[in-house]
Order: sequence, then structure tokens, then C-alpha cells
Amino acid sequence: MNKQLPLDEFVSQLRDGMTIGIGGWATRRKPMALIRAILRSPLRDLTVVSYGGPDVGLLAAAGKLRKLVFGFVSLDVLPLDMHFRNARQAGAFEVMELDEGMVQLGLRAAAMRVPFLPTPVGLGTDILKRNPDLKMVRSPYADSQELVAMPALKLDAALLHVTESDVRGNCVIMSPDPFFDDLMARAADAVYLSCERIVATNKICSHERARYQPFERSIVTAVIEAPFGAHPTAGVPGYGIDVEHLKAYNAATTPEAWADYRSRFVDIASHDEYVEAVGGRGKLASIPPPVY
Amino acid sequence: MNATSYSLAELCIAQCAEVWRGEGEVLATGFGAIPRIGAGLAKLTFNSDLLMTDGEAYLLSEPVALGPRAARDAEIEGWMPYSRTFDLLWAGRRHALVGPVQVDRYGQMNISLIGDYRKPKAAILGVRGLAGNSISHANSMFVPNHSPRVFVEGEVDMVCSAGYNPARWPQGQIPADLRVGRVITDLAVLDFGGSAHAPRLLSVHPGVTVEQVCAATSFPLELAARTPETVAPTEEQLQLIRERLDPNGLRKTVFKGDPPGDRR
Repeated sequence: MNKQLPLDEFVSQLRDGMTIGIGGWATRRKPMALIRAILRSPLRDLTVVSYGGPDVGLLAAAGKLRKLVFGFVSLDVLPLDMHFRNARQAGAFEVMELDEGMVQLGLRAAAMRVPFLPTPVGLGTDILKRNPDLKMVRSPYADSQELVAMPALKLDAALLHVTESDVRGNCVIMSPDPFFDDLMARAADAVYLSCERIVATNKICSHERARYQPFERSIVTAVIEAPFGAHPTAGVPGYGIDVEHLKAYNAATTPEAWADYRSRFVDIASHDEYVEAVGGRGKLASIPPPVY
Repeated sequence: MNATSYSLAELCIAQCAEVWRGEGEVLATGFGAIPRIGAGLAKLTFNSDLLMTDGEAYLLSEPVALGPRAARDAEIEGWMPYSRTFDLLWAGRRHALVGPVQVDRYGQMNISLIGDYRKPKAAILGVRGLAGNSISHANSMFVPNHSPRVFVEGEVDMVCSAGYNPARWPQGQIPADLRVGRVITDLAVLDFGGSAHAPRLLSVHPGVTVEQVCAATSFPLELAARTPETVAPTEEQLQLIRERLDPNGLRKTVFKGDPPGDRR
């Protein structure tokens, strides 16, 4: 089955009000080309689950969020994403603020098809008080511990950026950390992959490389080729974080500056044009991997 | 030998290192320049068993210098992606040194927001991993701006990490293994080892008075009959900090003007 889709066509498979999980972590391997495609579409009222970076900031700035389920939003080198910050401070969307580990457990519960997973994480904090939907559960065993029943975070769709894929969705993530992309995929009814390159199956997998495959192709819905598709976040081993671009993005907070940013980097005809607009392939490929 | 000339940053680094003394083979995670250099100093001096990462996904045999460096020149001893970090930390084998925005008398930290949850006055990072960290392993703190705005009255605006407020625990029973460690600030070193986990003043930095610290803290501190002065770093520690761990001088940017550690 050939699952390849053009970039802007994937959005037509999404619906208003969907719950969408976004892979990657803060400024690393975010499916930014897919996010920009959502910004160009009329899609709205999204509930987003993310280890947040500029993906959340862009969606917040464009008014696409109805609700955010998150543990943090950060640009790492620039600790605060101003678009997220301004929208959050204006009360522009609902929030379910959780511990990072609770997000993981919620995705895992959805992946396991159980209604919740018990955890002590959250006890003693304001997470329970601020999220009255979270319930407690008592261990049925001799310890009879009271634990948080972290509810399954079921996703309608997961958006992930991987290194390579074949047209059937056999993919590999070659960057240092696969994060929780595998749980996002298994928690979702549909999985949309953007990738640096679509390649032949025998170029993706070998006995050595098969271990870089986060999940099997049968849960992949569509594959979208988008070289540098994680930009301005890192797509190691190909390119690092574009700190200069993130600074410009983070400074574009007035209505005029945001409109200018959108017209230059979002509302453009093709992904190739985006790559040119941010400096071209040669420049992006020369951004070194981040040092923490 | 204890040094006579050192910066406030270097004094804080040496005190940060102390939180990992006797902690054994745990993951040492320091957030920010001074805690990270402190972790490296602990590993190079009195706790070589510490696990440390490159801040991305690899465990390094030796601490690396902060800032620009020949990327990936350090020896890697293992892999520590985020999923494994959670597996490790939920089992308690970690001691983190965190930079909270607010701290209260119960040792509860806030890095999420100031004001109201639905419409905060200032949205900061989010809870991040503080809830899970606090229920699982020891957490110490570094506060570069000791003031009543950080050490707040009552409770912090968003309790991100579990602490010693009995009202927040079933039947008032604080978990026996909950460990809020030390708080290293620009003025003093505190902990929560007073009676019923009351906050306590352990030492004041040279040239700082007990009154100054109390005035900069919105909640009362338990005081010893005589509060000792914070111990100066040794010449060996200073050499490791300056030449090995921070040759690029990132520590000098933490406090305005890089003031001396002895303010007499």
C-alpha cells in the first residue's frame, strides 16, 4: 500500500475539534512542516497533546487551540515561547497541565487500551486541584495505596517527524532520542509521518538499523516527504536547532510582526519555498547539532 | 586548603556539589550553569560513581565543560533517552538540583506560573517533571536571587513539587521517603531539616548576616544558637571549576558583575 501524501493534502483528513498528539520534544524533531500546513488550513478547535515547543506556539498564535494538554512549553535555549505565553496569559485556550511523566502514562494507557494507569505522580501537588477531572484510585492489594488514576490520553491523530520512511510507513528515527513518538503513535487512531526522505525499503532497514524503527508500518496512515521538515527545531543527524530563526519567531509577537512572520514563513505555496525562505538547504544542513 | 579569593558563583558551585556527597551511584541532574558545574565538581572530587548525561541522550564517563566544545568528544558510557530517564527516576536513583521561581516553607516549588491557573499573570514553563521527581527522588535547589518574592508567604502559586505540607497528604501522613534537599542561594544555605521539616538556616555566606537572610525570606527560619559561615571552596575545587569544568566562564554571567564570594 502506497501511503505517500502531498503535504497540504494530509490536513484534509483532519477534522475540527480533533485531539492531536505532536511528537518530538521542545526544540527537537517537531513535525513543523505539518504544523504549518495546519496553520494554512481552516482547521480549528484542536485539543493538542505535546511536549511543547514552537509547535504549540504556532498553533496558539494562529488561534487553532481549544485545549492544550501539556507538561511544559519551551524553546530550550530561549526558555519561554512568547506566543504560547501570551495566549496562555490571555486565557485563550483551556489547559490540562500535567507532569511530563503523567503525559507519558496517559499516552501509554491509551496505547494499552486501558482507561487509566495508576501512579503516585501528582500526589501532594496542585496538579490534582487544578484538574478536577483527575480521579484517585485505591490499590486493591494489601498495600491499599491511594494513587492518581492517570486517564488515557486518546488521540484522533498523531503527527510525527522521522528521519526516513518508505512509502508504506516503514520508518526509522536516527536522532539520539526517539522521545515518546512511539506512544503517541499507538495512542492515536491515525498516524501521519513527515520524513526527511522517502527511500526504498532496503535502504531503511538492515539488521543493524531495524532497531531504530519506533513502530511497525501497520499503524501508519500516511507518509509525507518534507526535507528539513522539523525546522526550526532540530532534525539530527541532518541539522541542528535554528536558534536565529527561533529568536525571530519568538520576537514576532505584535499583530504586525506576526502577520509579517506568517506571510514570510507560513502562508507560502510549498515546503520547498519554505526551505528557500529560511535560507536554503545548504544553510540549514550546516546548522550544527545542539550542545547542551 | 580553603581559598581566600573566590567568586560568589564559585562559592555556590562548591555548595551545590555538596548535595551529591554520599549519594552513591545516582543520576546527577543540575539545571542551569551553577548546578551543572556543581554536579561535575562532585563527580570529579568526592563522588566518582555519579551518572551524568550530556543534556541530550547520552551518559558520559566524565563531566564535560559547559558551553562551546568539540561536540561529542567525550567518552560515552551509555544511552539515557527521556524514556529511560523516567524509568530510572521513578525508581528513585537520581538527585536533581532545580531552579525554582518560588519556594514555600514546605519545600514546595513552582516553575509553572504566577497568579491564576486559567489566566495567569505570568505563564512560565509548566509543571515539567517536578511532581514525579519530588515523589521519587531527592531534589535540591539553587536560587540566585534570595528574596521574599522567591521565598513566599503561604504556599507557592502552583505547587509543582510535593513537599512537607501535611494538609496535602491523606491523614496528614507525609511519605517517609520524601526528600527535599538543600537550598543554595546567593545569601545562604537552607534545608528543611528543622522540627517537623521546618525550614532551617544552615549557613550564611561570608559577609552576609542572619538578619539579612531572614529579611529576604517571607517565612520564619529555624536558627541555630550560632549560624556558621558557608565554607569557602578549596584551591583544588577552584582549579577544577576554572580550568576543567567552566573554562569558558559561563559561571561569571550568573550574578551581575560576578561579585566576590566573601562580601566583607
